[in-house]
Amino acid sequence: MSENLLEVTGLQKHFPITKGLFKRQVGAVRAVDGIDLNVQAGETLGLVGESGCGKSTAGRLFTRILEPTGGKIVFEGEDISRKSVTQMRPLRRDVQMIFQDPYSSLNPRHTVGSIISAPLQIQNIPTPQGLKKAVQELLELVGLNPEHYNRYPHEFSGGQRQRIGIARALALRPKLIVADEPVSALDVSIQAQVVNLLEDLQSEFDLTYVFIAHDLSVVRHISDRVAVMYLGKVMEIAHRDDLYKNPRHPYTVALMSAVPVPDPVRRDRGQRNRVLLTGDVPSPINPPSGCRFRTRCWKAQDICATEEPPLVTRLDDPDSHLTACHFPVVDDEAVAGRTPAETPA
Amino acid sequence: MSRPFLEVKDLTVRFETDDGIVQAVTESNFSLEAGKTLGIVGESGSGKSVTSLAILGLHRTRSNAKVSGEIWLDDQELVTATNDDVRALRGGKMAMIFQDPLSAMHPYFTVGAQIVEAYRVHHPGVNKKVARERAIDMLARVGIPQPARRFNDYAHQFSGGMRQRAMIAMALVNDPKLLIADEPTTALDVTVQAQILDLIRDLQEEFGSAVIMITHDLGVVAELADDVVVMYGGKIIERGPAVDLFQRPQHPYTWGLLGSMPRLDRDVRDRLTPVKGSPPSLINLPSGCAFHPRCPYAGRNGDRSFTETPVLGGGVHAVACHLPAEERTRLFQEEVAPNL
Repeated sequence: MSENLLEVTGLQKHFPITKGLFKRQVGAVRAVDGIDLNVQAGETLGLVGESGCGKSTAGRLFTRILEPTGGKIVFEGEDISRKSVTQMRPLRRDVQMIFQDPYSSLNPRHTVGSIISAPLQIQNIPTPQGLKKAVQELLELVGLNPEHYNRYPHEFSGGQRQRIGIARALALRPKLIVADEPVSALDVSIQAQVVNLLEDLQSEFDLTYVFIAHDLSVVRHISDRVAVMYLGKVMEIAHRDDLYKNPRHPYTVALMSAVPVPDPVRRDRGQRNRVLLTGDVPSPINPPSGCRFRTRCWKAQDICATEEPPLVTRLDDPDSHLTACHFPVVDDEAVAGRTPAETPA
Repeated sequence: MSRPFLEVKDLTVRFETDDGIVQAVTESNFSLEAGKTLGIVGESGSGKSVTSLAILGLHRTRSNAKVSGEIWLDDQELVTATNDDVRALRGGKMAMIFQDPLSAMHPYFTVGAQIVEAYRVHHPGVNKKVARERAIDMLARVGIPQPARRFNDYAHQFSGGMRQRAMIAMALVNDPKLLIADEPTTALDVTVQAQILDLIRDLQEEFGSAVIMITHDLGVVAELADDVVVMYGGKIIERGPAVDLFQRPQHPYTWGLLGSMPRLDRDVRDRLTPVKGSPPSLINLPSGCAFHPRCPYAGRNGDRSFTETPVLGGGVHAVACHLPAEERTRLFQEEVAPNL
C-alpha cells in the first residue's frame, strides 16, 4: 500500500502566449506551477479545485499527454517526464485516462468494438479467444450488453458512453487510471452508478485512481486522499477524513462551506454559515505574489504578499497535515462554517 | 379571487417530431404564491425546462408544439392569451434566467445595450439616458464592480459568474413579479454558485417576486425553495413543502435521487444507492407508472404499476405512486433512510 506508484516533484506546465508575426512569446499561462505529490499503489487520490486551477492539466501531465515545462514525473521508479512519444508507448499500457465528456471523447465514426479494441491492437496484445471476445468481456465488465459490439456511440446514452470510455481505459489492464471529471456530465442517478462501477473495478483489478473533479462531495466519497488545488498550486493535501473534518487552508474551508447541502432544515435554522469568497479566481497569466490565494483570503496579512507559504505540516498542531498557508485555520474557526455529520432525520 | 399568484392546471406539452410525439409534460399541476420559491427538480428530459418555457409562452413560435391546460398568472390566463398579451408580460411581469449566459446573450451587442433594450420595450416613453442609468443601477445591484464601465463590455468579456450576474440584472430590470431561473448555477464553480444563490435570495426579498428554481441539484433546491416539485418522464411524481419532502420523501424515485448523492453533511457511506437503469424516452414512455422499469418496488401490488398510471394525490405533500401510504412510510424508514 505505501509504495508510491507515481511521484511528482516541482511539476510545471506553462502554456506560452505568443504575439505578432514571429510568434514572439509575451507571457505564459502558468496552468500548473510547481506541484509535489505522490500517488500510492491501490489508492484513490482526489484532485479538487475551481475551474482554471490546473487540475485537468495536472492529470494530462501525469499521463504525459502533455509535456511538462519543468519538474519531474516518476512512474514506478522511472522518470517519464522527458520521454518521447515512442518511448512512452510501452508505458501507456500502465497509465490510462477517462475523459469528462462522453460525447467528444468517442469517435462517432467508429463502432464501440473498434473503439475498445484500438488500445489492444496498438499495443499488440494477444487475445487468445479473438479480439471480439475480448471486447465483449470488457463490455460486460462495465455493465453494457456485449451484443452491442457493432453499435455506434450515438446509439448510447451519456452514462453508457461513459462506460464505453471506462472499458477502453480498462482494455490494457492499466495500473493507474487518471479520471478527469468522469461523472460531472452525467445525471445524478447515473453519476452514482458510474461511481459505484469505478469502485468495483478498483477492488477487482487493484487499480490506482487519480480522480479529478470539482464536486467536493463526490471526491470525498471516492477518494482515500484529497489534494486541493488553486491557481496551479496544491494548497492542501491530506487523508480524506482529515481534510474534510479538519480543513486547515482557508481556501479549503471556503470551498467546503460553499457546497449546498440537501437539508432545508439547516437553512431554516440559519446553520449555513458560508465563508463567501468574493470575486473570481485571478488570472494564471499573472498570479498574485506570495500566496496565490491572498487576494481572496480573509486572513491575509503582509507576509502573504511577499513570501510564498511552503506545503508543510505544522508541528504545533496535532491534527495538522500538509498545508500551504502562513495562517492555517484552527479547529473552532473551521467548525463555524459547517456542522458535524447529523443523524438522518 | 383567491387564486394563487401562479397556478398551473393540467399543463400538457406535446411536440410532434418525425420520430413520434414527444410527451414533454403531462398534466402538470402546481401553484406558487408571491414572494415564495418553488424548486422543480428532475434529471435531463424530465420536462422541467419545458414547463418553464410553457409558462413564458416560448413554445408559441414552434409550430410543432402543442400546449394545453391552464396557466394563471396574477388572474390572467396565459395558454389562451394572444401573442401580444404574452409578449407584454414576458420580460416585464415574468422574466427568465437561463443556464448558459454566453449563449443567452447577444454576442454583437454590449451587455448594457441589451439591458437598455429590455427596459425600453416595457417602458416605451423612457429616453435612452434614463434607461442607461437604470441599467447601470441594476448592474451595480447585482454586484458587478465598476458598472458604468462594464455597461459597454460585451458578454464574452465577462467571467462566468459576472455574466450570470449581468443576466440576472437584465431579468430584473423591469421588476418582474415572477422570476424563472433555469439551472442558473449549473455552469458555475461552487464558490460562485454560492454567491449567485445568495444574490437571488437577497433580490427576491427586496423585490418580493415569486421564483421558480429549476435544477437537477437537490442541494441547490434545499438552499432556496419553500416548495419542491419532483418531475420524472414529464410528470410530477412528488410535490410538497421542502422541509417535508427532504425529511419524509415519499416516492421511490425521490429516494433514488437522495441515495445517489454523496453528502458533505453526513458520514461517508460505503456505497451509493443509485436508481438502476436510465431515464425513459419521452417518445416511448413505459406503460403504467413511467418509473416502473427502474423501481425496486414495482409489482408489489399486483400488475397496477405496469398498466395503470398513478395519479398525483391531493394534500400538501402529494405523491404519484401505487404503493399504499403506510407501506411507503415503512419502506422509507426501514430500508431507505438508513442508507442515506
